[in-house]
Amino acid sequence: MLAFILKRLAQSVLVMLVVALISFTMFRYVGDPVASLVSQEASIADQEQLRERLGLNDPIVEQFFRFVGNALQGQFGISYRLQQPVSELILSRLPATIELAFASATIALTLGIILGVFTALKPQSPVSGGVMAFSLVGVSLPTFLIGIALIYIFAVELQWLPSFGRGDVVDLGWWNTGLLSESGLRSIILPAITLSLFQMTLIMRLVRAEMLEVLRADYIKFARARGLTDRAVNFGHALKNTLVPVITITGLQLGSVIAFAIITETVFQWPGVGSLFINSVAVVDVPVMAAYLMFIALVFVVINLIVDILYYLVDPRLRVGGARGGH
Amino acid sequence: MSTPVLSVEGMTVQFPTRRGILTAVDDVSFSIKAGEVLGVVGESGAGKSMTGSAIIGLIEPPGRISSGQVFLHGERIDTLPAEKMRRVRGRKIGMIFQDPLTSLNPLYTVAEQLVETIRTHLPLSAADARKRAIGLLDDVGIPDASRRIDDYPHQFSGGMRQRVVIALALCADPDLVIADEPTTALDVSVQAQIIDVMKKLCAEKGAAIMLITHDMGVIAEIADRVAVMYAGRLAEIGPVRKVISDAAHPYTKGLMGSIPSLLSDAERLTQIPGSMPRLTAIPQGCPFNPRCSYAFDRCYIERPDPLPHDERRVACWLYDKEEALS
Ligand SMILES: Nc1ncnc2c1ncn2[C@@H]1O[C@H](COP(=O)(O)OP(=O)(O)OP(=O)(O)O)[C@@H](O)[C@H]1O
Ligand code: SF4
Ligand SMILES: [Mg+2]
Repeated sequence: MLAFILKRLAQSVLVMLVVALISFTMFRYVGDPVASLVSQEASIADQEQLRERLGLNDPIVEQFFRFVGNALQGQFGISYRLQQPVSELILSRLPATIELAFASATIALTLGIILGVFTALKPQSPVSGGVMAFSLVGVSLPTFLIGIALIYIFAVELQWLPSFGRGDVVDLGWWNTGLLSESGLRSIILPAITLSLFQMTLIMRLVRAEMLEVLRADYIKFARARGLTDRAVNFGHALKNTLVPVITITGLQLGSVIAFAIITETVFQWPGVGSLFINSVAVVDVPVMAAYLMFIALVFVVINLIVDILYYLVDPRLRVGGARGGH
Repeated sequence: MSTPVLSVEGMTVQFPTRRGILTAVDDVSFSIKAGEVLGVVGESGAGKSMTGSAIIGLIEPPGRISSGQVFLHGERIDTLPAEKMRRVRGRKIGMIFQDPLTSLNPLYTVAEQLVETIRTHLPLSAADARKRAIGLLDDVGIPDASRRIDDYPHQFSGGMRQRVVIALALCADPDLVIADEPTTALDVSVQAQIIDVMKKLCAEKGAAIMLITHDMGVIAEIADRVAVMYAGRLAEIGPVRKVISDAAHPYTKGLMGSIPSLLSDAERLTQIPGSMPRLTAIPQGCPFNPRCSYAFDRCYIERPDPLPHDERRVACWLYDKEEALS
């Protein structure tokens, strides 16, 4: 187990180094960092002095390691646009994105599994047909269209829910949450649904396909032949086997939920890292963009690691080292 | 004479398909007495597995038993409601499938699967069920059962897994065991052991066995009677010594032509020229007529039913009384 985790950790570090290299290249070569920092009137000499002070004349390898060292301490420089440390900016926006991502992942996972299992167990039911047709809409309509449609129906026409923002936020010191106020809870509903729709249909179709496959397996036939109850067969035996591959894919999806929150955050003016990134792209605020890249990579790597470990815990074939294969 | 454990009467299994109704099992009747071993043979697609699935009530929809009756100890079971039939499965009828590698759920230990099955059918505490499970594993010949019971299926070899499957099928002392090619997927070296274990345990518990197999050697060794199936119908059914050494039906003669030689399946099939008709395109008259070297006029018009002949039943016009008289 330990060896397995260490190996995965080493791989993760490698991936992060590669991303850091890309991020550094962007940071260093997209636009001129000095030009972005000094005013138009600064003399060539002043600029040169700043360049020297920032270490931009040092050997490139040295600069890269300094970049990585700073990144490890959470320092990504100062935002050109907002003149604030990038890490502070990201940290202050992180709770909004994470709450949105988890809310939508919860919706996606719960509904996705329930609907997937239902459509697999009752393929002939008209409800299943409806769900499957609806799921096609979910995967094919772009997120921003769904968001706008939801805003139009529930915020503009029915006026049930707010159309933008995060509502009242409660500051817990190390975290600010919108989940403790009524307006916050009402505000998260539409963006969470919007963001979850794609993942939900994906999970649903995955669960359905896996479950149908598993239901045809010999061990399910044998479980029925042993007279186990439908409940035990469907949920004890079939669902558990279905979830093994589903865990991997949904886990990885969580990473993309955070990454693709960009669009939803923009549509709903959600004050998260995604909208921070979009605003930074518009003005080529390179330090923020570089840091965002590293952040998303970190999210993916960490989730990957967790998924691998979960997978390992669920599937005894991986867990029990080396089959004894005795007689 | 006491009622047989299993009695199947005129059972027909049909699947509605796009190209019309497919009859996978056609008007099959037979019975098995307590402690008796009935071998079922016939080439691939003859309907052997389907007969087993129908008896245990596990035909995949839209397939169904369209006519006929199935009795267990004289009690009709093919019309039981789903929940009652579920209680029959595993409790009264145990089933063993071909592939031990895929018959066990990979995510549960052997103990979990045994205890779950035992407690589904018998009012035992978890601890008692576990004791019973260890006893069963001992019975099927798994060494060091009390330790190995907590292993996962993938930690056992193929032969050992099939022993576990047998333990699972027998864990509530069923009266009938349907074994569908229980050794086909195993190494030749362990096949005999598995058959021995099954035979011994069923004999001890007095269970009847319906043994589906391609292996005539196994039939000759352990079956009391043998049923030969062809295109969903019974061609011949009777005592092993009769059917094997003195086959009556031309198809059985072809099948037995290879016993007890050690021909491979491919060579064995060449004993009978041609192949079984598709179930949607069964010829009029006797289904075997395109391949039969004894076929005569009547065989192309009328379909023969299995009728008594020399201690057995044979579905062939050659043995029809009227024909014999004329
Ligand atoms: N779900 C289904 N729908 C339609 N036809 C089916 C279905 N399942 C099986 N059949 C048909 O039923 C027939 C009997 O199949 P069965 O599995 O009983 O054959 P078998 O004698 O056990 O052959 P084998 O020796 O290959 O196991 C086959 O011809 C098959 O095509
Ligand atoms: S009935 Fe005719 S065709 Fe069929 S097996 Fe007998 S002789 Fe051959
Ligand atoms: Mg079969």
